Amino acid sequence: MTDQTPVLRLEGIVKTFPGVRALDGVSLNIMPGEVHALMGENGAGKSTLMKVLGGIYQPDEGQIIVGEAPSVMSSPLDAKAKGIVFIHQELSLADELSVAENIYLGELPRKRFGMVDWDTLYRRTDAILDKLKVGFNAKTIVGDLSIANQQMVEIARALTVEAKAVIFDEPTASLTDAEKVVLFEVISDLQAQGVGIVYISHRMEEIFKITDRISVLRDGSYRSTVNTADTNEESITQLMIGRSLDLSRNESHHELGDVALEVRGLSCGNLYTDVSFEVRRGEVLGFYGLVGAGRTEIAETLFGLRDPSAGTVLLDGVETTINSPADAISKGISLVPEDRKGQGLVLGMNCRDNMTLPQVDDLTAGPFVAEGSEVAIFDQYRDKLDIRTPGWKQIVGNLSGGNQQKIVIGKWLSMHPSVLIVDEPTRGIDVGSKAEIHNLIRDLAAQGYAVIVISSEMPEVLHVSDRIVAMYSGKVMRTFTSEEVTEESLIQAISGLSSDKAA
Amino acid sequence: MGGVTKAQIGSFLARQGILIAFALFMIGFALANGRFLDPDNIMGVIRSSAILGVMALGVTFVVISGNLDLSVGSMMSFSTIVVLDLHDKIGPTMAIPLMFSMTLCLGAFVGFLVGYLKLNSLIVTLGMLSAIHGLTLTYSGGKNMDIIDKEGTWFSVFGQGSALGIPVPILIFVLLAAFLGILLSKTPFGRKVYAVGGNGVASTFSGIRRPRVVFMCYILSAFCVATAGLIQASRSLGSQNTVGQGLELEVLAAVILGGASLLGGSGTIFKTVIGVLILGFIQNGLLLVGLQFYVQFVVTWVIIILAVWLDIAAKRGKLWSPIA
Repeated sequence: MTDQTPVLRLEGIVKTFPGVRALDGVSLNIMPGEVHALMGENGAGKSTLMKVLGGIYQPDEGQIIVGEAPSVMSSPLDAKAKGIVFIHQELSLADELSVAENIYLGELPRKRFGMVDWDTLYRRTDAILDKLKVGFNAKTIVGDLSIANQQMVEIARALTVEAKAVIFDEPTASLTDAEKVVLFEVISDLQAQGVGIVYISHRMEEIFKITDRISVLRDGSYRSTVNTADTNEESITQLMIGRSLDLSRNESHHELGDVALEVRGLSCGNLYTDVSFEVRRGEVLGFYGLVGAGRTEIAETLFGLRDPSAGTVLLDGVETTINSPADAISKGISLVPEDRKGQGLVLGMNCRDNMTLPQVDDLTAGPFVAEGSEVAIFDQYRDKLDIRTPGWKQIVGNLSGGNQQKIVIGKWLSMHPSVLIVDEPTRGIDVGSKAEIHNLIRDLAAQGYAVIVISSEMPEVLHVSDRIVAMYSGKVMRTFTSEEVTEESLIQAISGLSSDKAA
Repeated sequence: MGGVTKAQIGSFLARQGILIAFALFMIGFALANGRFLDPDNIMGVIRSSAILGVMALGVTFVVISGNLDLSVGSMMSFSTIVVLDLHDKIGPTMAIPLMFSMTLCLGAFVGFLVGYLKLNSLIVTLGMLSAIHGLTLTYSGGKNMDIIDKEGTWFSVFGQGSALGIPVPILIFVLLAAFLGILLSKTPFGRKVYAVGGNGVASTFSGIRRPRVVFMCYILSAFCVATAGLIQASRSLGSQNTVGQGLELEVLAAVILGGASLLGGSGTIFKTVIGVLILGFIQNGLLLVGLQFYVQFVVTWVIIILAVWLDIAAKRGKLWSPIA
């Protein structure tokens, strides 16, 4: 393979957004006929890199070389014309049209007077569908197909051009096991034709089954490329999450109070199963695992956004059901959600109104909102969290990501919850503010709150937690105390390589 | 050239276009007909805008919460017909509260469908537009409704009376605008209306009971419609079944002209009042320059399109964009 020319080369790609270096000199070589996995945690830069490759973003530095020719991808259409084809996770098909029309959309074969040449269209489409061995034909309406078959249509679309490289973005997210087999056959057919495949996925078992090499991104920079045969899940996980400079564990334990929240055998469909844990007042319980391990879904269940399929939740020792977020809040549970812009904030509202939103019913003077008390609350948490904004009137959408997140955290701190759940508290926040937020989380525990911290960052979990729950694929693998946890044992647990018994 | 780019002009037009257009209209009308700026004419415009204005106040809440209400026109016909019919049957003292309760029931039904069942408000209220029209015709048997004793009833006070030299319809409009303006800008409920329209998911994550807020917006809208129906019935003391027909679009035009976004989350009562007046003055001006009454409908449509376009253009900062 080494003496061949790569079908696709990325050299020193740099892409910056205001305040963020999203890609910091990433280089990749995709050889003909190889399946090349691209891995990294959320925010590592995979999607930015693919957008650069697909012509949606232009790189600030570096170049893309297709075959021998340095290329500029000016648009997604341009990328396709140059033989770089994307199979997206989210489908982009017209439901009401037939399979053939979808596959050749925009380039339907024509007869005289611009009429569509249906015979040619169907013949060509069926030829492609035969290759894919699918159970539908060119005339089937796309809306009638299962999601998996719709994905096959998307793949068929890719096969209409002379593809040099095909990028699969989480292609198996919605496929059943049988459908995956078909997909993998398609991939190996493409491979045999000398097409280079980039395969983006979080699923380790697939990566190890079908890929030849694995490249890992972290924090926007290229980490390493390894031969799949020479590595294992543990070292890939290690590459993805990285060794941080500060892996110090939390050592200051506070006086523990009663159990504030206990969860017994909680399950929610396939999302997570048989999860049990407890949090005491004065304790920070960390949840650590890779994307898709089910951590956020547990938080959403405790906040009344999902109905559990089994198990019980006890608040202060009393069994309870949580029907809605309003219900959760009234029972003293607060959630700082993962998606700050979508779930955490009303971006068009000002800082003060966002911060006091959950308690606006209680902040009243007669029938009116007590704006003075609101400003007082805002000022208090602005100072406490060092929120940098010209004033409370500032529209939240105009603040930086870090300051936005502080508004969300302030919103829930000001509610004085008995159980505070924070999901990825410092995602997209600068290093200085991270430390402040970590200190705040410790302070809250010291004041007797029970705190649950969900994080994908190992330093963060180690830093703030009294105990750490390691999750893998919807199951609790092991619960560590901060004394016994080691980097290696934690990585093993979240890679699915150990369980409570094995430890 | 002068250092001003085409994009800057576009952006300025997008943000201020509606006010510029309004100013041009006003100057044009004033030049074309000297009576346009006459105090009597101005008072007349405000007075005739009161019914539309009262309805627009309620619809403002619905639009800020991120929904639409196209049922207000036919709901107003319903209120008018019902209160006129009941006036002679059970007397005005009983007829008014009964008409209000019936109209609020209709609003509650819409609020239930949109708020609790989370059905698309465009479809629900478009359907209600037609359904309530049918209900009104069924109630009246298709006949016009008239009060028999037009001279001897105090009921005419809401539409024809005046207090302190100010016509009662204007007083009602001003007082209701003040009350609802305070409700929207100063109370927890108002805050929640903005939150629900601004980001429904985030408001749910903040413990706001979104269905209840949306429901209440439709109740308020129905209350305003009932008030408008009362003014209408009292002014003419008789009515056709179709008296409110087409008002839903004029009301929406006024709210959008005032600057409320159809996407929800922005707008104020004060701006809606401005929007109502803009619409009123333009329609009046068209009559004064001698255009036929029916031209209004076309012009209203043009204004709606212009307002919606500029609303979207202001968001993306350009007048035109190939995507979204």
